[in-house]
Amino acid sequence: MALPLGRPLSLGFVTTFLTVVVALPIAALAWASRGEGLSGFWYWITQPEPVAALKLTLVLAALVALTNAVFGTLLAWVLVRDRFPGRQLVNAVVDLPFALPTIVAGLLVLALYGPDSPVHVHAAFTRAAIFLVLLFVTLPFVVRTVQPVLHELDTQMEEAARSLGARELVVFTRIVLPSILPGILSGVAMAFARAVGEIGSIVIISGNRPFRTELASVWILNQTQSGNGTGAAALAVLLLAISFLVLLGVGGLRWLATRHERA
Amino acid sequence: MRKTIALSYLAVVLLGPLSMLFWRIWAEGVGKAWSAVTEPDTIHAFRVTLEVALVAVPLNTIFGIVAGLAIVRLRFPGKGLVNAFVDLPLALSPVVVGLSLFLLYGRTGWIHVGQVLFALPAMVLATVFVSVPYVAREVIPTLREIGDEQEQAAHTLGATGWQTFWRITLPSIRWAVIYGVVVTTARCLGEYGAVAVVSGSISGRTETATLRVQDYYENLDQGGAYGVSLVLGLMAIAVLVLMTLLKPKEGTA
Repeated sequence: MALPLGRPLSLGFVTTFLTVVVALPIAALAWASRGEGLSGFWYWITQPEPVAALKLTLVLAALVALTNAVFGTLLAWVLVRDRFPGRQLVNAVVDLPFALPTIVAGLLVLALYGPDSPVHVHAAFTRAAIFLVLLFVTLPFVVRTVQPVLHELDTQMEEAARSLGARELVVFTRIVLPSILPGILSGVAMAFARAVGEIGSIVIISGNRPFRTELASVWILNQTQSGNGTGAAALAVLLLAISFLVLLGVGGLRWLATRHERA
Repeated sequence: MRKTIALSYLAVVLLGPLSMLFWRIWAEGVGKAWSAVTEPDTIHAFRVTLEVALVAVPLNTIFGIVAGLAIVRLRFPGKGLVNAFVDLPLALSPVVVGLSLFLLYGRTGWIHVGQVLFALPAMVLATVFVSVPYVAREVIPTLREIGDEQEQAAHTLGATGWQTFWRITLPSIRWAVIYGVVVTTARCLGEYGAVAVVSGSISGRTETATLRVQDYYENLDQGGAYGVSLVLGLMAIAVLVLMTLLKPKEGTA
């Protein structure tokens, strides 16, 4: 075995690191969310304001994920199959939301679609603005999961289908889509999780009006800062559960996508 | 047609806002942005950001390599759980991360070891947490791809685990490691949510560069906010150039 530390030391290091860095804080969160027993947890997750914030978060994140499914796949398709000047540059720029601090992303979306908009679109502090900034920060996910699959895809099958008279839509839904669907879905799931948890760009652009533009992550931040640890922890535990569900889904998709390689 | 739609989408969502990075600085006045960037509290904020990254990046690089090797090369009980915890920060809100640390090290928390919250240690812990996955996630597929035949051969020839790692394994995964380090660095420099919860955002003390942006923005100093954002944006562009150069080949992510 080429383990520089040997088996026991490697496993010991990995376990200790994950326990101290990730597991202990998560356990403290779960513990604190009970507050004064389960009733404290229940009280906070049934209050109108956090419920409204969570609902808005989930609806917006779902819309963002769907939009990414369509436009992310389209972008990946264009980047792999089409040739146009500046393609390499566009391909590189797609990764930018991964590299740019999201608070800067929020400021830039506000600059273009906010009070001093050069294109005269004033959407600042509305749900539309939140939707736009979430599209910005989640843009790479679907593109980057679909692109490699499309790249590997053999075009012979598509050509065969076309020569047999299949229309473009049929070629896409019957031949291309089944191969790239696991990629689309795992990209969509990661984009959804990212949108649910986004904070940096949101504090700039949402205006944070309760029942109108207040999102779950911002509600948690504000409750923490005003000393309501139990309430914040209660909603945070729900977000944690959503994260684990998403990861479980992505794991299942990865398992499905590689079932032929394993067989 | 599809090209026009795809590129228009990109322009509306990404390129349009991005162009504002330079345009707004010009509109607000270069002098204003420059004085904001050179203000002592801003310089201090960038120094704090770098200090935090200087601890978090090496830690997660070592962890990413060791964890990647363990996940790919070893069989052990609880591997699924280790995988899940490595991936968790990708799917979890940074605010939840910050809150968790806040509860663990706070007054009613389980751990009491000097000043952790509202100081550098908590900011480092928060940043390490959110950037756990990146090196590991780059290293794991590469380790799977290269297989362990060469490592086995070296072992048969009498090489120790340490020698095999330095001479065989590390050279074959070095680009994945470097790519992971670049992404980790970008994540650390841009971290906001988790650090916002645990740092207290005290100007000149526990304020990072991203918190500085918020500080300027909330004090209605647009020139300052865009000035600091431009520096962060240029760092992101540098990271992007490195990512593009390091990408093994077109079409692989």
